Parts: sequence; structure tokens; C-alpha cells
Amino acid sequence: MILSTHDLGWSPRRGEMIVRNLDIAVREGETLGLVGPNGSGKSTLLRLMAGILTPSRGDVRLGGRSLRAMARREAAQSIALVEQHADTEDRISVRDAVEIGRTPWLSALSPWSAADDAIIDDALRAVDLEPLAARDWTTLSGGERQRAHIARALAQRPRVLLLDEPANHLDIQHQLSILDLIAGLGLTTIIALHDLNQVMACDRIAVMHDGRLRALGPPKDVLTPFLLAEVFSVGVAILSDPEDGTPILRFKPL
Amino acid sequence: MSEAIVGANGFQPLGRWIASLLKAAAILIAAALAGICIGETRIPPETVMQTLANRLFDASYALDPIDEGIVWNYRLTRAIVAACCGAGLAVSGLVLQSLLRNALADPYLLGISAGASTGAVLVSVAGLGAGAISLSAGAFAGALAAFGLVAALARLSGGNAGVQAAGQIVLAGIAGSQLFNALTSFIITRSANSEQARGIMFWLLGNLSGVRWGEVGTAVPVVCLMLVVCLAHVRALDAFTFGADSAAALGVPVRRVQAALILVAALATAVLVSIVGSIGFVGLVIPHAARFLVGVRHARLMPATALIGAVFLIAADVLSRTLIKGQVLPIGVITALVGAPAFAFILIRSRRLR
Repeated sequence: MILSTHDLGWSPRRGEMIVRNLDIAVREGETLGLVGPNGSGKSTLLRLMAGILTPSRGDVRLGGRSLRAMARREAAQSIALVEQHADTEDRISVRDAVEIGRTPWLSALSPWSAADDAIIDDALRAVDLEPLAARDWTTLSGGERQRAHIARALAQRPRVLLLDEPANHLDIQHQLSILDLIAGLGLTTIIALHDLNQVMACDRIAVMHDGRLRALGPPKDVLTPFLLAEVFSVGVAILSDPEDGTPILRFKPL
Repeated sequence: MSEAIVGANGFQPLGRWIASLLKAAAILIAAALAGICIGETRIPPETVMQTLANRLFDASYALDPIDEGIVWNYRLTRAIVAACCGAGLAVSGLVLQSLLRNALADPYLLGISAGASTGAVLVSVAGLGAGAISLSAGAFAGALAAFGLVAALARLSGGNAGVQAAGQIVLAGIAGSQLFNALTSFIITRSANSEQARGIMFWLLGNLSGVRWGEVGTAVPVVCLMLVVCLAHVRALDAFTFGADSAAALGVPVRRVQAALILVAALATAVLVSIVGSIGFVGLVIPHAARFLVGVRHARLMPATALIGAVFLIAADVLSRTLIKGQVLPIGVITALVGAPAFAFILIRSRRLR
């Protein structure tokens, strides 16, 4: 169990609970998909898992240790988050932006070294951005920015990678290439996704509904017409890809 | 070219770091020297050096005591305080721009200059303290009161740290500034005669005329302390590039860093404003100019901002003393008159480079 949540709940000050009673255990090396309608609590859960939000109830544990007992810096050495809306207007180069990912590992006593340079090279190579390393951030396309964000997360050398709808707003070719890239990293990954057909490649999926965990398991078992009607309020016909037998969901209004 | 010297990540090996430091010190000393030589009475550099030798190392060069007095008591103190103000205001502006992710943030955003002016008019016009409180003390108290109000307002309305909090700080600052500016206007229109009103306006635009060694003794330690604190946070400031949440995900204790740096910037600004009045433009524009020259990584950007700010304000002081014969212009007028076109030029150039 590399990352787990225990009776996890969060509410803003003087507000209603946004997520509650979440018990999720993520296994080492698996890809866990997070699905659910808008406002179901996916982003909040990811932010709790990353340690950006402090739980109102329960806790998040990394390798059995509560994040509450860890310095922010220590958590950031193990968990990296690729946010949905992170952007900048600074004229920063791609390489500089990726170097920022080393922040949790650097201090006055351990300054920047050749090893850090090598990690940045690896991260840029992993996302195929080496040729663009010197480019200005503001000149990148949406897909390139998303790759650079992933490279920045990889520069943290995390054990767990959290991604909040990384393929959002990209055209279909770049969506597939980003998801393919993430699948090829071989990291423990928790990924919020909107497209229910794209979650078929996940090892397991967690379905969120109104801040609660509605179902957890392999996509084929979980995404039943009954559940989709209840959680997403849509009807579905489940077809099959003639090439490899992967289920294809075709949605229709209820 | 500078890329090759410094290394792409902006963190330099020790030797090069020392070389850069020496270069910066040389530029700063040259600027200060020029600032001391140029003026109503032109003083040759040898005289300046000999004065410094006399005062610092007990050398016994025979000098005109009037020249020596001008150098030691007037021009040198002005140059030092100008450099401190330039560096302090520019770095305050940089820190606020980086933390709040707002290109228009400047040191006066948090109500400090508005509060200082209210404090100053309370003392000088409304006669608060019956002469026992100096204008500077009144200005400093006013600045702190305004900053306290803005900070409290931002905190009460802020909710969580992050992007939302940054927006609330900016809005709270605008509200606080408007309130204190209105108070200032109220006091002036109610009880100031035209002579006092003119004096206040002069003070608000920045004035280094009254600066002596006492002011140096305040400004130097405050600005040095502030620079040390800010320089210790260059990596954390880099982590704010993609916003406060992203900084938190990179392990930066966002609230603590925000609170500490904003407090330090506000206190330094309050001290500087109470000494010289609110010199505008420097805190807003110098960080942008420095970004244009050395890029956005704070390990290089912050020292560059401090240096450019210091040199710029020494130069602006010289201009303010010499532009119109026999009259000293408020330095804030010069910083805007010279700075605005220079900044326009930078804006246009950076557009072309894209």
C-alpha cells in the first residue's frame, strides 16, 4: 500500500463537506483512474492526496505514515501533482520551468549539482521535449505545456504521480499521446479523467459521486449500465472493439 | 552570453558567484562616487576619495572644509540612502509581484504609502503630538496602521491560501489605500493652509534633502536585513511561478513564506517611506526591467533587481539636484519622468524579441 486514505473528509471553513468517508488504498505500480461528474470531488481528493489541502477528517498516508506528520517538503519528495489549471505569464524557458521541480530536494546544504542537471535531462527526454528545452513557456502549445508540466513532476523524482485531467482541452491526437506517455512512465499513478472510454486502460478505477466513493475496481467490472445511470445520469450501450475486445461505451440520454 | 557565464539554472558555482558580487559592488561604488561628485558644486573625485580617507582611515589630506563637509555630510549620505531606497523598494516590488502573481503589484499596494501620508499630515497639519513626534515617526506609524488594516482585511476575507488569497490581498490593499488617501485629503482640505499643502505634496513625491547619518543608520540595516531574508527564499519564490498551489505541491510552506516575505517587504517599505516619502515607480518597474535583462529565476533576478534599483535611484537623485539650476525637484518626479519612457522602450523591445 503506497498511498492510502482513511475515512478522509474535507470541507472549507464553515462549509459543507466536499468529500467524505473516503477509504482508498493505492497499490504500488498501479494506475488508478478517478472518474465522476463535475463537482464530485475528484480534484479535491487529488489535492488532499498531494498534501496541498489538510484533511478536515481522517488522513492520507504515504507508505503507512500520515501526511500530517510529515513536513511539506518531505511529502513533495514522494508525491508530485500535475494540476489542471497551472500556467504562467512569465517568460521562463522550458528547462527552467522543469528545474523548478527540483525544489523539494534543494537547500542551502544541498545546492544544485550535476546530478540535478542529469535528472532534468532525463525528465525532458521522457516527455520528448529535449528539442524545445530553450523555448519560452509562452510560445508552447497546449500539449507541449502539459508535457512540460509532467516533466516538472518527474523532476521531483516522485513515487506517486497525481494528474488532474491532463488530457483536458487537447485535440484527440495529443490526448492519446499524453495518456500513452503517462502509461509508459511505469510510476504509481492516480489520474482523474473525464472520458470514460479512456479509463479502460487503468488497472482500477474509483468512481466518485457527491464527494463519496461510489465504486472501486477494474473498469470492466465497475462501469455497468446501472452505475452509469445512477452516477452520470446517462444510458449506455457497451460495444466491443473488434480489434482487441476492449469495451466501448456509447452514451445516450436516459 | 550571460547564460554561458552564469549557467542555465541561475545557481552559480562559488567562484563565479564571488566574481558577480565584486562586479556588482564595483558598479554600485562607481555610481555612488559619480553621485557624490556631481551637483551644484562639482567636486573632483580625488577630493571625494581624500575625504573618505580622512574620515575612515584618519588620513590627513589638507582639504577645503566646505568641500569635505558637502561630501561627507550631504552627498555621501544621500547616495547611501538613495541606494538603500532603490534596492529596498525594487526588491519589495519583486517579492510582491512574484508572491501574488500580479505584474502590477508594487510596494505601495499594501496601503503603506497611503498610510504614511495620513500619518505625516496628522503630525504636520493637524498637529498631532504637539511637536513631540517627528514627521517620520508619524509616517511610520501611519504606514504600519494601514498595513495592519490591509493584512487583517485580507485575512478575514481570504479563506484558503493560494490564488484566491492573492486576489484578496490585492483588493484589500486597494480598499485600504483608498481609505487612507481619503483621510489624508480630508485632513488637508479641512485644516491645511496652502503652504502646508505644498509641503505635504513635496514630501509625498519623495525627498532626500533632509537625509543625514542618522537616516543612514536606519536605512542600511533595515534594507540589508530585508535583502538577506528575501535572498534566503529565492527557490521558494521560483516555485510560485505556476501559482501558490503549485508551490505547495513542490513542498513550499506557502502560508509561512507568504506571511514572512510580505511582512518583511512591508516593514522595509514603511521604514523607507518614513525617511524619504513615497518615491513611486521604482518598485513597480525595476523588477520588470531586471527580468528583461536576466530572466525570471530569482537567484539571478533578485540581486539584479537590487543593484539596478540602487543605481537607478542614485542617478535619479543626481538628476533631481541638477536638472533645474538652484532648485531640487522631488525625486519621485524624476523616477517617473525618466523611468516611464525607459520602461516603454523595454516593453517594446521585449515584444520584438518574442
